[in-house]
Amino acid sequence: MKLTLRVWRQRNADADGAMSTYEVDDISPDMSFLEMLDTLNEELILGGEDPVAFDHDCREGICGACSLVINGDAHGPERTTTCQLHMRSFKDGDIIDIEPWRASAFPVVKDLVVDRSAFDRIIQAGGYITAPTGAAPEAHATPVPKPDADFAFEHAECIGCGACVAACPNGAAMLFTSAKVNHLNVLPQGAPERETRVLDMVAQMDEEGFGGCTLTGECATACPKGIPLVSITGMNKEWLRATRRSGKR
Amino acid sequence: MTRTMWDSSVGKKTVMAVSGLIMLAYLVVHMLGNLKIFFGSDEFNEYAHALRTLGEPFLHYEWALWITRVVLVAAVVAHAVSAYQLSRRDIKARPTKYVHKKPRASYATRTMRWGGIILGLFIVWHILDLTTGTVHPGGFEAGHPYQNVIDTFSTWYGNVIYIVAVLALGLHIRHGFWSAAQTLGVGSRTRDRAFKTIANVLALVLTVGFVSVPVAVMTGVVS
Repeated sequence: MKLTLRVWRQRNADADGAMSTYEVDDISPDMSFLEMLDTLNEELILGGEDPVAFDHDCREGICGACSLVINGDAHGPERTTTCQLHMRSFKDGDIIDIEPWRASAFPVVKDLVVDRSAFDRIIQAGGYITAPTGAAPEAHATPVPKPDADFAFEHAECIGCGACVAACPNGAAMLFTSAKVNHLNVLPQGAPERETRVLDMVAQMDEEGFGGCTLTGECATACPKGIPLVSITGMNKEWLRATRRSGKR
Repeated sequence: MTRTMWDSSVGKKTVMAVSGLIMLAYLVVHMLGNLKIFFGSDEFNEYAHALRTLGEPFLHYEWALWITRVVLVAAVVAHAVSAYQLSRRDIKARPTKYVHKKPRASYATRTMRWGGIILGLFIVWHILDLTTGTVHPGGFEAGHPYQNVIDTFSTWYGNVIYIVAVLALGLHIRHGFWSAAQTLGVGSRTRDRAFKTIANVLALVLTVGFVSVPVAVMTGVVS
């Protein structure tokens, strides 16, 4: 396949960026999107140019490092991570626009790489769970009802890639934060910090400069792990509950 | 608790949801009251008068009306201020736009902000037209709402402003009611369809109910 790529190039965080056009040839439909970018970078390096910087790590769709907005879609046209997107999703002669996640809380570091440490700070704000340290406890010591375990697991699938923020017209991190809040708040292990967790994480989310939720549903559509939109409803419920309770103390 | 509420984006959304639901409840009553126009001028005018004597002798003349007005103004201001602050925050959170743009979200969702501005302006005009009579076409007569309504809907611009605003209202409620359910945490996977249906029914019933009045005046059903 022969493709035209329009890629966001930005030398560093302070420099102005712009879209640059590149042609790539001999792209196999079996290549992953990142392998296609590797091919481009090999050519750029051979030509003495600066390769396109992009985040990637496991390339198995589980680490959440890859982060590209492809033709206006976070992680591209398929519901998966960029690394698991294959060139068979494109046609010969296609023009593909590749941009970084866009949010003030995710400043561009270089080209397509953004700083997502705002997510780490939201996680940190959530704090620890109260659990005894030492040897692993017996698995049945703390019973968890099956529906709760399933609910927690569904939310634990979040890999923190930030596609929800990238897709949201308001650059909101509600889906990410709600996945983390719901994951721990439903489990008995997370119960002691149930109120402080949601209040602190939402406060940190606001502090980082993410936008608010207008329930457009773009986040859930973009999420490679299928975190549902109703997850946000669940976090709102937890937040209101915690606010009511903190008022009583 | 008040501080947590107002400082948080989630709290401001809660303010929007509650104030929106207050206005929505009022609108349902308002729409049903409007339909009295189909039973003739006497019944409509009597109804308007009854609103002023509502709650008597417990309440003084027009007190019920003024209490409603105060609550509504508070709801409108809370709704608009939260919307403005949240929107500013949203716009700031995405300083650089995507080069590759895609049409996203439903029409109702995308028109929430503009729709809200249209509705705010409409409320001002609507009060100046039919409550104070300041911009009313023809002679405004307090206590004769039937004739006043006919005067307004006998002008082309009266009809245009009203119908555009009501359509904006329908779209606003369609996304707004369902969103309020999510914000207040009462939505769920199993109830999602029910809330979407209620939102659509409310939007449709209110739109049809409100629009029926200018249409009836235009077609001569009410004259």
